[in-house]
Amino acid sequence: MAKERADLVKEMENTMENGLMNQQEVRREARGLRELSIKLKVKNLDFYYGSFHALHSISLDIPENQVTAIIGPSGCGKSTLIRVFNRIYELYPRQYATGEIILDGRNILSPKEDLNLLRAQVGMVFQKPTPFPMSVYDNIAFGVKLYERLSRAQMDERVEWALRKAALWDEVKDKLKQSGTALSGGQQQRLCIARAIAVKPEVLLLDEPCSALDPISTAKVEQLIEELVDDYTIIIVTHNMQQAARVSDFTAFMYLGKLIEFDNTSKIFTNPRKKETEDYITGRFG
Amino acid sequence: MSALKNIDMGLYRKRRFFNFLILFCTMLATAFGLLWLVWLLVTLFANGFQYLNMAVFTQPTPPPGESGGLANAIVGSLVITVVGVLIGGPVGILAGTFLSEYATHSRIAPAIRFINDVLLSAPSIILGVFVYQIVVVPTGHFSGWAGALALAFIALPIIVRTTEDMMKLVPNAVREAAAALGAPKWKVTVAIVYRAAKAGILTGVLLAIARISGETAPLLFTALNNQFWTSGLNEPIANLPVVIFQFAMSPYEDWQHLAWAGALLITVSVLVINIISRTIFGNR
Repeated sequence: MAKERADLVKEMENTMENGLMNQQEVRREARGLRELSIKLKVKNLDFYYGSFHALHSISLDIPENQVTAIIGPSGCGKSTLIRVFNRIYELYPRQYATGEIILDGRNILSPKEDLNLLRAQVGMVFQKPTPFPMSVYDNIAFGVKLYERLSRAQMDERVEWALRKAALWDEVKDKLKQSGTALSGGQQQRLCIARAIAVKPEVLLLDEPCSALDPISTAKVEQLIEELVDDYTIIIVTHNMQQAARVSDFTAFMYLGKLIEFDNTSKIFTNPRKKETEDYITGRFG
Repeated sequence: MSALKNIDMGLYRKRRFFNFLILFCTMLATAFGLLWLVWLLVTLFANGFQYLNMAVFTQPTPPPGESGGLANAIVGSLVITVVGVLIGGPVGILAGTFLSEYATHSRIAPAIRFINDVLLSAPSIILGVFVYQIVVVPTGHFSGWAGALALAFIALPIIVRTTEDMMKLVPNAVREAAAALGAPKWKVTVAIVYRAAKAGILTGVLLAIARISGETAPLLFTALNNQFWTSGLNEPIANLPVVIFQFAMSPYEDWQHLAWAGALLITVSVLVINIISRTIFGNR
């Protein structure tokens, strides 16, 4: 990692000299200079849908307070992989994982792991907006109430905080009592993000969070990711390679259930080691 | 239209005629179905409406030849229907919840579903005889409790079915989203799935009420009837369907008039309950 950081610094200096960097990139590069620690350590992960072997011996280290993007063609196992990180697949019988995922020194795949507490620690936002059939306020408060006893005022504060973080506050502050399902698609998705961060998880899983959104909402969500990464470890699955290049610090490329390459985003997109990665990012397949 | 050269007007006319023919047939079928309902309502209003007066709602059923009303039967019907739903509703909703949320992949679910469907289509008189055997025979007398229980058995499979169906309609994505916040399963079910399926479940309960409020056969073996006001559910209780049955078959004209009034009353209430449930479900 140290060598990569040195590379980054060098690269950053070069780019700055060329005057080509926008603010977003500067912030990202600056993030790259942090001392990296590993938040999630995936070791020899295999995943099965019944008899179908979906993930083959995946190993990777997800760094803390960084954005890690998972890219790859449809059906390569991207979503499957992040659905293992909070064990949401457990809702369905016949789906199971083997191997190890170490989070804060414990193996979250262990049968002893408390799934509800794990999910409070590892939040998730889904592809399609899933507002609950209740008011905007209650949508946010729902998750918080599960684990915290807050006074009315504290809850108000938390709801506002989450909605501000999700860049939704100004749009909904006058309709907190309105049903969450009445918001527009982009607002619904930001509501879901607000709901996920209101619980104050440590890791945030985003499963193609922008695929149902228009470009403006997409830009807002990306900006949001940029702001959230100071406090959270973010893992984002995306079909959109430009998005991965824009928002992530690290990129994992997956193909046919295998992890092909995992590296700095700039490295993956400019100088990939593997032929499959290069073919995919240059649009030769997928 | 004839200006278009490449169009075969003959073929087009044939198609249009066929379209008309089919449309006519479907309208005819609809009219045939509606005819009986309208006929029934008209007959009931024509024969029953004139006997619908204050006395019907305020006085108990009279002996032949005296004036009276249906008040005890109306109240009795309300009481056993409400008690029936209070027994069948919670059990049905919980069973539907089990089938939809907890037993989706278990082997016991198809069996329960099958038995529930059998119960759904079981003749109501069989349920009456069943309750007669398990309640009336041991206690030695007909009672309101037995009637309510028989009605509960009729309401139960309806509520189980609609609850399961309505909860199944809630998308899995919403369950995942709630679980992903760390919500335990019961919390997801109670706070999210129930809330989303509320209108549908309520509609199922209302339809069950509409169904049981007109049932006669099971009550003949259980609640029986009572000429007087009842003081509790431990004795036979008057109820509209059995009163109608008894009065309509009687040779006394006063009784027959009251039977018409009662029939109109029941039909209109069932109609109203149905309309309310449609509105609730339509507005969700």
